[in-house]
Amino acid sequence: MTPRLILTLVAVLIALALPAVLPVFQVTLLTNVAIAALTVVGLVLLTGVAGLTSFGQAAFMGVGAYTTALLTTVYGWNPWLTLPAGMVVTAGVAALLGLATLRMQGHYLPLATIAWGISLYYVFGNSPALGGFTGLRGIPPVNVFGLDLTDPRRFAYLALVFLALGIVAAQFLLSSRVGRAMRALRSGTVVAEAFGANTFSLRVQVFVLSSVFASAAGWLYAHQQRFVNPTPFGLNVGIEYLFMAVLGGAGYVWGGVAGAVLITALREVLQNVLPSLLGTGGNYEVIVLGIIIILVLQFARRGLWPLLERLVPAGTPRLLARALTFPHRPDPTPGSVILNVQDAVKQFGGLKAVSDVSFDVQAGEIVGLIGPNGAGKSTMFNLITGVNPATRGSVNLLGRDATRLPARTIHRLGVARTFQHVRLFPELSLLENAMMGGYARGKAGIVASLLHLERREEAALQGVALAQLERVGLRDRAFDQAGNLALGQQRLLEIARALTADPAFLLLDEPAAGLRYGEKAELSALLRRLRDEGVTILIVEHDMDLVMNLVDRLVVMNGGQELAQGNPQQVRDNPAVREAYLGADVEEGAA
Amino acid sequence: MLGPVAFSLSAPSLASKGLALNIFDPAIFPILTADGLTNGAVYALLSLALVLVFAVTRVIFVPQGEFVMFGTLTLASLQLGRVPGTLTLLLVLLAISTVLNVVEALRRGDGRAAGLAAGSGVALGAGVWALTTTLAAAKAPLLVQVLLTLLLVVPLGPLLYRVVFQPLRNASVLVLLIASVALHLVLVGLGLVFFGPEGSRTPAFAEGNTALGGVTLSNQSLLVILVSAVLMLALYYFFDRTLTGKALRATAVNRMGARLVGIRPTAAGSLAFTVAALIGALSGLLIGPSIAVSYDTGFLIGLKGFVGAIIGGLVSYPVAALGALLVGLIESYASFSLSQWKEVIVFTLILPVLLWRSLSSKHHDEEDE
Amino acid sequence: MTAVSPLLEVHDLHVSYGRVEAVQGVSLSVGAGQIVSVIGANGAGKSTLLGAIMGALPSRGRVEYAGRTLAHTPLESRVAAGMTLVPERRELFSSMTVEDNLRLGAYTRRREGAGDLGGVFTRFPRLEERRKQLAGTLSGGEQQMLAIGRALMARPKLLLLDEPSLGLAPLIVREILRIVAELRDAGVTVLLVEQNARAALAISDFGYVLEGGQVRLSGPAADLAHDPAVVASYLGTGK
Repeated sequence: MTPRLILTLVAVLIALALPAVLPVFQVTLLTNVAIAALTVVGLVLLTGVAGLTSFGQAAFMGVGAYTTALLTTVYGWNPWLTLPAGMVVTAGVAALLGLATLRMQGHYLPLATIAWGISLYYVFGNSPALGGFTGLRGIPPVNVFGLDLTDPRRFAYLALVFLALGIVAAQFLLSSRVGRAMRALRSGTVVAEAFGANTFSLRVQVFVLSSVFASAAGWLYAHQQRFVNPTPFGLNVGIEYLFMAVLGGAGYVWGGVAGAVLITALREVLQNVLPSLLGTGGNYEVIVLGIIIILVLQFARRGLWPLLERLVPAGTPRLLARALTFPHRPDPTPGSVILNVQDAVKQFGGLKAVSDVSFDVQAGEIVGLIGPNGAGKSTMFNLITGVNPATRGSVNLLGRDATRLPARTIHRLGVARTFQHVRLFPELSLLENAMMGGYARGKAGIVASLLHLERREEAALQGVALAQLERVGLRDRAFDQAGNLALGQQRLLEIARALTADPAFLLLDEPAAGLRYGEKAELSALLRRLRDEGVTILIVEHDMDLVMNLVDRLVVMNGGQELAQGNPQQVRDNPAVREAYLGADVEEGAA
Repeated sequence: MLGPVAFSLSAPSLASKGLALNIFDPAIFPILTADGLTNGAVYALLSLALVLVFAVTRVIFVPQGEFVMFGTLTLASLQLGRVPGTLTLLLVLLAISTVLNVVEALRRGDGRAAGLAAGSGVALGAGVWALTTTLAAAKAPLLVQVLLTLLLVVPLGPLLYRVVFQPLRNASVLVLLIASVALHLVLVGLGLVFFGPEGSRTPAFAEGNTALGGVTLSNQSLLVILVSAVLMLALYYFFDRTLTGKALRATAVNRMGARLVGIRPTAAGSLAFTVAALIGALSGLLIGPSIAVSYDTGFLIGLKGFVGAIIGGLVSYPVAALGALLVGLIESYASFSLSQWKEVIVFTLILPVLLWRSLSSKHHDEEDE
Repeated sequence: MTAVSPLLEVHDLHVSYGRVEAVQGVSLSVGAGQIVSVIGANGAGKSTLLGAIMGALPSRGRVEYAGRTLAHTPLESRVAAGMTLVPERRELFSSMTVEDNLRLGAYTRRREGAGDLGGVFTRFPRLEERRKQLAGTLSGGEQQMLAIGRALMARPKLLLLDEPSLGLAPLIVREILRIVAELRDAGVTVLLVEQNARAALAISDFGYVLEGGQVRLSGPAADLAHDPAVVASYLGTGK
């Protein structure tokens, strides 16, 4: 048992004992904490993991609470039926908000949730069917095994069970393929898309999921209070949930729980202490809370949890037993055309970054795409990988017209890439980084991940990723954080990640940039080995020494145009290439 | 849980009393329109401030409306011969920012700058304190009180920037937004402490009415529209003709480029917040006579400016201003026929707007540079 | 270096991105009134070096400019002190006019008058033709001219140029480098980072070859231009 597991068990035991031993008032407080924590755990998935945020979680709670209130009091539904009903209604609203905002920059979602939070408050308050500002009363208690949960102590256990399920599901999700892709969202969409993820859909899914957590919390709230009114679902409460996540540590599930405990406790203390110090004229605790949040953002932006977590060492992660292997992609016939670029043009406004370039790559080759800075190599790279499609001309990949396909679809054809500026996730392990490359090989969705029904797939992914780490020589560091690697090893890890996808065609964007001499030699050896194992490689590179001794053929670009093609010797002897690289002899030219 | 928050922007001058009249009735429509334009003009000013602050500092400045509240209520306090709580806030912020500046200068090893910062902080604080207490007790004439209000509220802009946002200047838009919301709660909370829960009005700057083509408008409304228009022209002149204004635009267009020509981003941020506070305080003075402003009114007013700013994508000044005018008009028509649902209509309006923007604009991704 | 007094001296400069050290103990010296080139392949650390000298990136080591150590001096104050960087990405104000870009170049000189707009237009007549056009609509060569022109508006003593030839046609590269040479004659000291090695060395007094974040070679520009090691570092050794 690891120290962390022991501490978790202790926490669970204490939580189980508390409702039995605390005075009733504090038991109610405990239930409030559990309900808030459930909402905040959902918010952690959204904010800390996916890098989006919402001020409208209280409003989602409200949808869950009002749904059950209305269905149980007016239509006589059983509360256990209104729970899923509330979740469905909430998810529908969230999907609508998400679809409207999540294609745009990250700050439109929180702004929309502010507007939505206010609107919903007035909808609740102004609808006679929902009881107006006085609300709906007479909500029946929840019945468990024939027992009505009217006693606060019993209800506290129900709330704790919900919270525990929420925490477990969230942790399950985070340690799954979908969870890793969601984490990738925080630093942009390029990597996730490059490995086959539809990031827009992922964003909407995680937002909907967080709203479902809130909806369940709202259901609990309604059956705890046995009546609902608009107040606890207003914007200010939604803001407070976000503050809980920020204070505890928005990147950590347990941070969310800690934040809920801390802020609820703090509020109790402040409400008792401040008025006696300062008089009863104001909401002093709001002022103090706001100031605390600003200070946390300034001095401990990741919240309090990581400070605590540092004190308890993590155990060594354990690998899953393997029961499944992914099929290997059939190798293309040697010599067949893998990539065909025909008269490709890329125009940015008035600037032609690539004009009328054509070339082929055949199965089993290493082809180098070279040229001085600004020659259009990166543009060409983006054009092949679908990051930024061609203005005119065509790109054919593995027998399919890929000119207009998005990056994620191109990846699924069997194309994997590395990035010129290393784009790893420094806080994740090498293994998890490499597994990100196998995203497109798994099938399990978000629900299967929440329930950990995808373990066979996960085990297979682990196996593939470890094999690829072995292939690039990083197997013994599989559980280190990627951020601890030197640049050369980071570039190798990017290659391992790409290989985890089992690509037929590997594209490398300046893999040697910034490497030392010895590292470059290792890289060359690795790439030769990969070619011999049947991987076709296109390498964009600046280092002539490396390229000349590695590739079978070269395509030279300059000023957006194709300057030369041929084997290394032909290219080296080409006077146009010499001039492009060393520059015009100005001694003669300027005379 | 937080206590109930009464979002109540008291009904505009034309309260609906269940009149069974169509809003397109020729007797009603022009009045509603004029009313909408008056409020819309103020929202437009606020939306300009929001776009400016966002463009220069990346802060989505949720508390913009609190400057409005402080503007009205500071003047209302002065009217009653009281020393407004704004003075306390100003002095506390001044003290914190002075300490921050002194510490920073000492870290650089620049003792002279540290002394200068300390000295000027103390002198400014003493000066503002003496002036405010004297003038408040003396019940100075309205114009003097207006100037004093500006003196108390406008410096809150750069001081809040210095204390809250400058230390976060490298943070993401999301972190800045959360800080901005936290600050909003603090300022609303302080508003309640300083001014109490009741709403206040300030005296009208212009009495009487003027008939314009069959519609009678209060001179106060005309003044609001006129002053807003003049302010917008002044902003246009500032951004288009002065080097300082261009420097602000340059910072918004390309922060690194601005640094390379020697524009300090913190100076630009401070200036943007000064302009925002000035716009907010002036808006508060403009609406004070027609709306009873209480500590939590500013937020809703500011948010309506936001709807405008979002219509302009947080980048376009003219579209933001037009959007905000539209919000004012819709609100005015809605308050006549569907007064309970006024806020719902105004804030739900944001959704189709966002959807339209999402579908029409190219996809933007926030990538790490 | 010969008798020329140094305007810029860099001692043992280190720059790191996280755990990756991009510049590893570089020392160099730029004499007043000279053009000094730093050449080297992609990823050699050239741009990082310039960024650190300018104060745009945090670094360890010592940078001395005009006899003063610049440790706590922020970028903007370095501009005011007469150092100006024309970065690789040019960083123009694309939605503002050419003239506004130039006038903003003189921002640190705003109390001394409007800056020498006429002087810049004399040097770059193309910019005068386009003065009301938005910077973003200019061609690549014109944008580079505007970037240099904007830097000149600050009346720099030391001009740091990062890859001015980047992505430009050979004819325009030649014109821009000719103008850089003229600037030296007008008394501006230039530190030029280029991968277009021969063109850069041809107008330089002294040169450094950077490789893997370290100075591999240095010497008078005329000697470096034909050094076989320089040729090899660009075209490969052919082994």
